[in-house]
Amino acid sequence: MNIFKYLIVILFVFSFNLSNAQDKNTYTKITKNLRCLICQGQSVYDSDSEFANSVKILVEKKLNEGLNEKQIYDYLKNKYGEWILYDPEFTKNTYFLWLLPIFFFILGGVAIFKLFIKRKN
Amino acid sequence: MKNKILPIFLSVFFLISFFIFYKGLQTPNIYIPKTDIQKRIPIFEAEIFDTVNKINSEDIFKENKFYLLNIWASWCLPCRDEHSLLISLNNQKDINIIGLNYKDNYENAKKFLKELGSPYKKILLDKDGTIAIEWGAYGVPETFLIYNKKIIKKIIGPLDKNSVMEIKELIK
Repeated sequence: MNIFKYLIVILFVFSFNLSNAQDKNTYTKITKNLRCLICQGQSVYDSDSEFANSVKILVEKKLNEGLNEKQIYDYLKNKYGEWILYDPEFTKNTYFLWLLPIFFFILGGVAIFKLFIKRKN
Repeated sequence: MKNKILPIFLSVFFLISFFIFYKGLQTPNIYIPKTDIQKRIPIFEAEIFDTVNKINSEDIFKENKFYLLNIWASWCLPCRDEHSLLISLNNQKDINIIGLNYKDNYENAKKFLKELGSPYKKILLDKDGTIAIEWGAYGVPETFLIYNKKIIKKIIGPLDKNSVMEIKELIK
């Protein structure tokens, strides 16, 4: 019976570690997708400026408060505008940007397909 | 017929892309933050300088009154330059200037205020810089003009004569 108790304790501790690692991953992912607004061409993750360090602490705080990735993006977008995100969101301003590569991909596919049929004939 | 479609399509395509890239060259891609925003001020809790007490932002910023939130630090040289402007503004106008001491050392901040005087009604502490982020600030110094719990003007960087004039115009 005692062994079970120990097992439960060990499992409990490990489960904590796991959630922690998960948090660390999302933390890294979020800070890598945030632009350091006072640096040139650096993400918050890469930068060591005062601004970036504060944002890092804030992201960690928000994660501990239980906010998810999207909520944190929304929160920062509300403060600094969409420019703070590296990944532009799918809006009417950016749908051209997002759909153009797909369009070209399909166009290329069609061209290859047509060529294929021509050869066969 | 088929042979003609491809060259026409290609030339139109290149013309369009040339036009898009040419346009793109002309628009500057320097990011300019918006400064005349009508955004609600954040709700936060902060320690008060020189005490152990904490205060909620709801208790500081009341309605129908002008407030100026100034983010400063003793290690920030431009803050030293704009300090005299803040003091004269405080003497001339009926405005509550709130200081937000950003990532500073207590002793240094105290020395700074002793040397240059304090225009601040209240000084709040921001030890890790997160309150400044709540305000949407970029760094020090930065100043926000607040009315009815809304940010009506934001000055990024040190205040100068022009920005002080603008503030005076706005609070008339």
